[in-house]
Amino acid sequence: MLPIDSTKKLSFTRCIRDGDLVIVYERYDNMKAIEVCDGSVLENRFGVFKHSDWVGKQFGSKVFSTKGGFVYLLAPTPELWTLVLSHRTQILYIADISFVIMFLEIVPGCLVLESGTGSGSLTTSLARAVAPKGHVYTFDFHEQRAVSAREDFEKTGLSNLVTVGVRDIQGEGFPDELSGMADSVFLDLPQPWLAIPSAGKMLKQDGILCSFSPCIEQVERASETMRSSFTDIRTFEILLRTYEVREGKLDDFQGDEAASLGSLPRKRRQRSNEGSNVRETTGPPTVMARPCSEAKGHTGYLTFARLKCLS
Amino acid sequence: MSANKPQSDLFESLRSTWEGCSVLLDINDGDRLVFARLSAGATLKIGNKNCSLQPLLGCPFGSFFRVENGTQGPYLSRYTPSTEGNNVLEKGDGQSIDELRDNRALVDNNKAQSLTGEDINEMRRLGATGDEIVEALIANSATFEKKTVFSQQKKYAPIVLLRRPFTRSICEAYLKKYPTRIGFLRMDTLSLLLSMANVSANSDVLVVDMVGGLLTGAVAERLGGTGYVCNTYIGGSPYPMDIARIFNFGDEICKRIVRSPLTDLFSVQNGLQKPVSQDSDSCNMESQSNDRISSPVSMEEVSLASENVITDLIPESTSSPVIKMSKPAKLGEKAPQEIISSWKEHGFSCLIIAAPELDTWSLVKEIFPLMSNSAPFAIYHQYLQPLATCMHNLQLGKMAIGMQISEPWLREYQVLPSRTHPCMRMNAFGGYILSGTKISPN
Repeated sequence: MLPIDSTKKLSFTRCIRDGDLVIVYERYDNMKAIEVCDGSVLENRFGVFKHSDWVGKQFGSKVFSTKGGFVYLLAPTPELWTLVLSHRTQILYIADISFVIMFLEIVPGCLVLESGTGSGSLTTSLARAVAPKGHVYTFDFHEQRAVSAREDFEKTGLSNLVTVGVRDIQGEGFPDELSGMADSVFLDLPQPWLAIPSAGKMLKQDGILCSFSPCIEQVERASETMRSSFTDIRTFEILLRTYEVREGKLDDFQGDEAASLGSLPRKRRQRSNEGSNVRETTGPPTVMARPCSEAKGHTGYLTFARLKCLS
Repeated sequence: MSANKPQSDLFESLRSTWEGCSVLLDINDGDRLVFARLSAGATLKIGNKNCSLQPLLGCPFGSFFRVENGTQGPYLSRYTPSTEGNNVLEKGDGQSIDELRDNRALVDNNKAQSLTGEDINEMRRLGATGDEIVEALIANSATFEKKTVFSQQKKYAPIVLLRRPFTRSICEAYLKKYPTRIGFLRMDTLSLLLSMANVSANSDVLVVDMVGGLLTGAVAERLGGTGYVCNTYIGGSPYPMDIARIFNFGDEICKRIVRSPLTDLFSVQNGLQKPVSQDSDSCNMESQSNDRISSPVSMEEVSLASENVITDLIPESTSSPVIKMSKPAKLGEKAPQEIISSWKEHGFSCLIIAAPELDTWSLVKEIFPLMSNSAPFAIYHQYLQPLATCMHNLQLGKMAIGMQISEPWLREYQVLPSRTHPCMRMNAFGGYILSGTKISPN
């Protein structure tokens, strides 16, 4: 998934090969991750697609089914992966993920600890941020989830960057071998205050901790626990509002009973005025945007803190 | 210590300051933020005193210092805060945890303090510490004790926290003080640009940065010395990139930040070669602006509040030739020809635009062919309309898919026992982003 290997980097000269992971884009809300396998087919409502047709094409190409329907083949990225991965748990989405990575000051070479792994949504972006020489140690107490996560990282080519451990971080803390080695620690746990002292031991001085919690009571308790060893404790919420864009024409008001005010046809082409509508003048089509009605109201609170410098 | 660190112990050594490095000084827990470059002659003005920044050299980032009074005047001395808790440094409404003091009982008629200003200066001259002065004030005042611990501490014993400038802190400081220089780009919006464009090590990132170099610096930080960030510009003169110099980049990372006029990036095969005469013009402009940029970086002061006496940072002394000052490493050199050829052959891995003054669609339709197929892009603008028009045109032209216009919303909370709530003040606008993926034209 990551361009660390130059032969896998995006390029005008790079074509899709057998064994590549591609994102099949049907619609903006309908995508799948598929491993290209010569001889396999993809069947969906647009028809039957032969993988062998894909080999040799550029990423970003439009490919056709036997019926004439089409889909696009995109190169995988952590953002697209977050949208297509199988949800074993509630996942973090792009707004929280990108803010966390920036606030935790993760750059190539960093060592990052995470618990719990969940579905690996954030983990994938952490791996991207630390590549090529850094590492992510991620822990989940649920054995099956850890196994599924490992499989996903194999699929996306991130196994060299991520080590998944099965461990109860709340009960046992992080492993002692990692003491004093972490640049950043991320906690997504039901009772993060139980893990905060251990996180403090893992972090280098001035290292940064982040705890993600859906409930404000968890935030209060976690912040309280942080006060002894941490400073700069800050809590945020981040959400994304999306917009829809249309081309439409707004009718001029003519004071005529036939005129309709403010009707917004969907992508209607410019039509010439017909005889009976001679008095209704319409402006040129304009592109208009407005916020979408559906939006996420809340994901969780993000609490950040820096380990106090005591030496 | 030189500014050129060997690659092997780069990480460990970057956790402490070195001669010539750039730092962010946090005075009184967020009251005032100052960017400074640590050279032997650098000073910081606190209150009406100048303190040398020399004691900060070689100290780990995250260290605390307080202003002490010495025989030769005030100086910064390192100290370790107690581990019981940051009672005196609580943010929010400045109240300590264990007592709910407030200002009800204060009567502001100037009769409360029997210790005069002259008495205080005398104490300072005799070497009293900040804490001793505060205690004397308490003993002599009818109402001083009634004020919160926080505001007492701030004026007489200012605390300086040494911070390493990183994308987030630089962005946040600039948004508070000089938002127009960064086009009102808020830190969460900036972080989204980096993610949506899939910036990672080994990428070749094309940026149009009209936000002072903040975007270029942020991308370079994520590339970590691999790949390239090509800062491109339309017309003859490159856009200023001063903010990128605050980041403390070593040579490896600086080498990866290159510039090129847009015209140079197009190849003959595409039939898009621009007239040669424009190229020679841009060469001249480049060398002039490079000269301007290589001169020593001046101090940047970013004040957040004006509760106390806030004064400007004194520009670092350049008058003594004896003190060897490490020059800030050069970044933003002209992109070498081999690299430009490589970009023409492979295309850029992604595109990020933060150009509040340009019309988005006219820029995008020119620059799009330079991106590799399936490359993601993220475009920032303060205004919605240019992005809506651009998105519409990209759709009509079947040039991109998966497009979305987003507006991030960020809110900070104060978290204290029985006093948890969102902060009273909030930044209501961080701009809009148009993101998507380029598809192969066929």
